[in-house]
Amino acid sequence: MLDRLREMHAPRVWAALGVGALLLTFLIPFVAPDYMVPLLGKFLCFGIAALAMDMVWGYAGILSLGHGLFFALGGYAMGMYLMRSIAGEGVYRSELPDFMVFLDWHKLPWYWHGFQNFPFAAVMALVAPGLLALVFGWFAFRSRIRGVYFSIVTQALTYAATLLFFQNATGFGGNNGLTDFKRILGWPLHAAQTRRLLYIASAIALCLTYLLCRFIVTSRLGRVLTAVRDAELKTRFCGYDSTNYKLFVWTLSAMLCGLAGALYVPQVGIINPSEMQPSNSIEMAIWVAVGGRGTLGGALIGAWLVNGGKSWLTAALPAAWLYVFGALFVVVTLFLPRGLVGLLPKILALVPKRTPAAPAPQPGPQT
Amino acid sequence: MSLTPMSEVPSPPSAPEEAGERLTPIHSAPIPDAAKRPLSLWVENLSVSFDGFKALNDVTLLLEKGELRCLIGPNGAGKTTLMDCITGKTRPTSGSVFLESRLNELTRMTEVQIAGLGIGRKFQRPTVFQGHTVFENCELALKGKKGVFRTLFARLDAPQKKRIAEILELIGLADHAHRPAGLLAHGQKQWLEIGMLLAQDPQVLLIDEPVAGMTHAEAERTAELLKSLAGQHTVVVVEHDMEFIRSIARNVTVLHEGRVLAEGTMAQVQKDPRVIEVYLGE
Repeated sequence: MLDRLREMHAPRVWAALGVGALLLTFLIPFVAPDYMVPLLGKFLCFGIAALAMDMVWGYAGILSLGHGLFFALGGYAMGMYLMRSIAGEGVYRSELPDFMVFLDWHKLPWYWHGFQNFPFAAVMALVAPGLLALVFGWFAFRSRIRGVYFSIVTQALTYAATLLFFQNATGFGGNNGLTDFKRILGWPLHAAQTRRLLYIASAIALCLTYLLCRFIVTSRLGRVLTAVRDAELKTRFCGYDSTNYKLFVWTLSAMLCGLAGALYVPQVGIINPSEMQPSNSIEMAIWVAVGGRGTLGGALIGAWLVNGGKSWLTAALPAAWLYVFGALFVVVTLFLPRGLVGLLPKILALVPKRTPAAPAPQPGPQT
Repeated sequence: MSLTPMSEVPSPPSAPEEAGERLTPIHSAPIPDAAKRPLSLWVENLSVSFDGFKALNDVTLLLEKGELRCLIGPNGAGKTTLMDCITGKTRPTSGSVFLESRLNELTRMTEVQIAGLGIGRKFQRPTVFQGHTVFENCELALKGKKGVFRTLFARLDAPQKKRIAEILELIGLADHAHRPAGLLAHGQKQWLEIGMLLAQDPQVLLIDEPVAGMTHAEAERTAELLKSLAGQHTVVVVEHDMEFIRSIARNVTVLHEGRVLAEGTMAQVQKDPRVIEVYLGE
């Protein structure tokens, strides 16, 4: 057990991470101004999604351009709870969510049942994306669809889902989505206190996700995943059924994305089909590419830097954001195949070079 | 060493007949008593066609337990295709492959099932897990249960660690245990791949071009290693290097244009006029 922890991180790193996690979870929400808390909470959710993305792409080599779908599905599950938990308090004072009244529906669709119950909704936020990923992945991996073909299919999947959710008849509020939430578990969503709690919940979820991912990537399972990424056929000849391995990490990743989405929605107060748009999924891939594929820390850093930049630039220079974003992706792809984290060893390599450079002249006079 | 004289022998395709005759006394080791040993792997009437091109044409091959068999033949003879069929990478058009018993029909199984039954393969180009260390490569190859959740909690126990250490010693990579396999020299990668096969401990080892890119001394060591493996394992070696083949071969099968052209001891095969014709293009 202790061995296993040591394999995950050196004791010193554990200590640093522990302190960092405590500060992140319990200091920042009380120091940051109230308006910042939901924004930072959102970043934490993106962090979870980035870890999920890195597990499939960075470690297992499966580039998904449809992870936004899983994120949104988790968000919808939470949104459905938030809508149902305030039944009778909407604009129309109906038992049904407002948009259903507006559409002149008189009965709750069957798939909305149970969502008034928080634990049920929370489980569905994981199960719905997980199940979709499992079924989709089973067909795709079994048919040995891989590489760019797989990426395109995932992109098509999320696009199809966007179109489906845009329809009013689908029963998820059409293009308006679900919004006008009031309370979560009885706590008013607009209160600063609730937002702080949501932030803390997100931070804890992020820490647990990190631990889970770290446990997996440092296990033999993690080594098999990277082996599948590097030489899939060889792993099959070694006796590992690569299909099952891919399916495992793919499904897990979708569930983590669902978790991120479920924490995201109460903090931003809305979920609509735009969250499923292909561009959102591509953005997730870019976070990981910028930070550094195949390192969990890199994925987190990437998600935060890109989103931080986005928040700042869209306020300061709204027109420039898309260009900067595009340029960033091009530069990283061309010059930093290992992302910003890949720069670290290079920077570190520069530092000790200077130290031997200093004593170098000393032997000079001796000769 | 019995191998030393080999180095003095001229390269075979240029002078097969003379070389063969000169070699006969050294290498006419008696063929193992065929009748007494049970079959390990056998291929029956195997044919593969790719868009009408017959890569394999009615090939039948019987391998006894513990046998060391060399598979030779010019480019395009179907050697690699045969290995692909045995390991489940390619589905044959007709024919069967059996391991141990008629119950194990390999042509209906996946690569993973076949590997699980005990067939290990070394590829033509050395295929190791580049990003993993040498030690981890061996760990991944290690015999054992290979399900998803088992590997999540798998730990190396003491005998397994010892086994990996032995293998690394044997393949001469003990000092490189914690280097990424991608940084190894070509010959070292070849050895690592053989080491991974040892860790996998399969019944049958299919080894495609084990000495490509190796120095003479390295090739000699490889020959020793492969010879020591035969007996406990059934070993099939595909190789172009005739000198190497002569140094290890007891039984040789010559493939040509998808058919078995000749089979027998190296000396017999080398005298076979059809083989000479194929190799010299006369």
